Amino acid sequence: MKNKYSIFALIKNAFSYHENWQRAWRDPEPKKEYDAIIVGGGGHGLATAFYLAKKHDMKNIAVVEKGWIGGGNTGRNTTIIRSNYLWDASARLYDHALKIWEGLSQELNYNVMFSQRGVMNLAHNLQDVRDLKRRTHANRLNGIDAIWLNTKEVKEFCPIINTSPDIRYPVLGGTLQRRAGTARHDAVAWGYARGADAMGVDIIQNCEVKGIKRNGDSVEGIETTKGFIKTKKVGVAAAGHSSVIANMAGIRLPLESKPLQALVSEPIKPIIDAVVMSNAVHAYISQSDKGELVIGAGTDDYVSYTQKGTHNIVEGTLKAILELYPIFSRMKMLRQWGGIVDICPDASPIISKTSIKGLFFNCGWGTGGFKATPGSGDLFAHTIANDEPHKLNKAFNLNRFISGDLVDEHGAAAVAH
Amino acid sequence: MFIIKCPFCGERDQSEFSSGGEAHIIRPKKPTELSDVEWAKYLFMRKNIKGVQFERWNHSHGCRKWFNMVRDTSNDIIHAVYKMSEKPPIK
Repeated sequence: MKNKYSIFALIKNAFSYHENWQRAWRDPEPKKEYDAIIVGGGGHGLATAFYLAKKHDMKNIAVVEKGWIGGGNTGRNTTIIRSNYLWDASARLYDHALKIWEGLSQELNYNVMFSQRGVMNLAHNLQDVRDLKRRTHANRLNGIDAIWLNTKEVKEFCPIINTSPDIRYPVLGGTLQRRAGTARHDAVAWGYARGADAMGVDIIQNCEVKGIKRNGDSVEGIETTKGFIKTKKVGVAAAGHSSVIANMAGIRLPLESKPLQALVSEPIKPIIDAVVMSNAVHAYISQSDKGELVIGAGTDDYVSYTQKGTHNIVEGTLKAILELYPIFSRMKMLRQWGGIVDICPDASPIISKTSIKGLFFNCGWGTGGFKATPGSGDLFAHTIANDEPHKLNKAFNLNRFISGDLVDEHGAAAVAH
Repeated sequence: MFIIKCPFCGERDQSEFSSGGEAHIIRPKKPTELSDVEWAKYLFMRKNIKGVQFERWNHSHGCRKWFNMVRDTSNDIIHAVYKMSEKPPIK
């Protein structure tokens, strides 16, 4: 049993100079067989394992991770959480996640530093205004908080924005979702890992999947760098590497993996207390609790697994940032990095069964998977445990690319990737 | 970031080019006879290889011509560039 994190535990451990904290999760060797194995120890994979154990009573399960947990896109995103998506299916999916976020620190007994500081999306031309107003109405019909702000209200909400009509793409207004915000990305992975481990889930790091063993149309197990592990159910949450796993199993996915970049500045005093995103000029920015400006850049348009990106993408984003926030013109950027995002043709995710019995995929989150982490894990766990999708992820099946029933969210993906 | 040798213009910065995705996907000859599964395969399903991949590229901020390229997506090293009508120089 795990010790509960609390103020009393903090005081107690202070007396021993914080040298006797219990380790947060074990480091087990893989067993010969599991009831289910999750491939990918990022937020989505760990959340899936957590909910499989918690809600579906599947305790004999493992998460295999080729590197260290939370070292992929979970540790590389810009931590934005929101649910203001256009279509009903996506609005329900992302708001399901947002509702779990609201109680997640308590549920995990781990501070994920969820901060509902509000997310504002800016409009820079007439079409933006029409699209964002339409989105606001659609959100409200789905019970999601959203309001339209005119230019003056945008300026009041975030005073450092340049709302002059003279800039290249003037701010004509924006939408605001107050329930939206940010969370500490690493803490999400660690909190789910600790919670899953406490229920008996084996989290096996440095264990790369090398093959999916099939018996006809059913899964029999996985080949890994730590040997063969037998299982009848494999849930893949491998983000940018989903196609690599799919190719091992002999199936094709409608994905392309591309580098997406982000960067942070040197830390400064609080200056921007919300998340501000702009689709048209491709700039989004927030400030971390450490004081760094967190800036999201765009994707490169070619397939690459290098976790790098091109300089011109960063340059384009920073040009837009400086046009909107001239006050940042002398800021120094501290770090820049890339993550590999798996993009679907309709910019919506896949949480689905496949043509192979016992093989499930949770992928295609593209440029915006972090916000969905708890909901994605919950629904993927339901899909794996029951061998049937939950009503909330029914629309996000692989079959939609055959039936044509796509969930086109290119607009609500907030930035034009 | 990498340099691409356009078969028409020579070496240029990658930022002058646009990627057209996987190469050698043949457009169905009889589209009316295609099943939904076959359409999905043609339109959406991609190999998305980590490793050596055959791709189409366009010199969009240059001569605007299309060509093919063999590139390793795990390290962005380009192994070959060849014109649209040519056979891949590498298997």
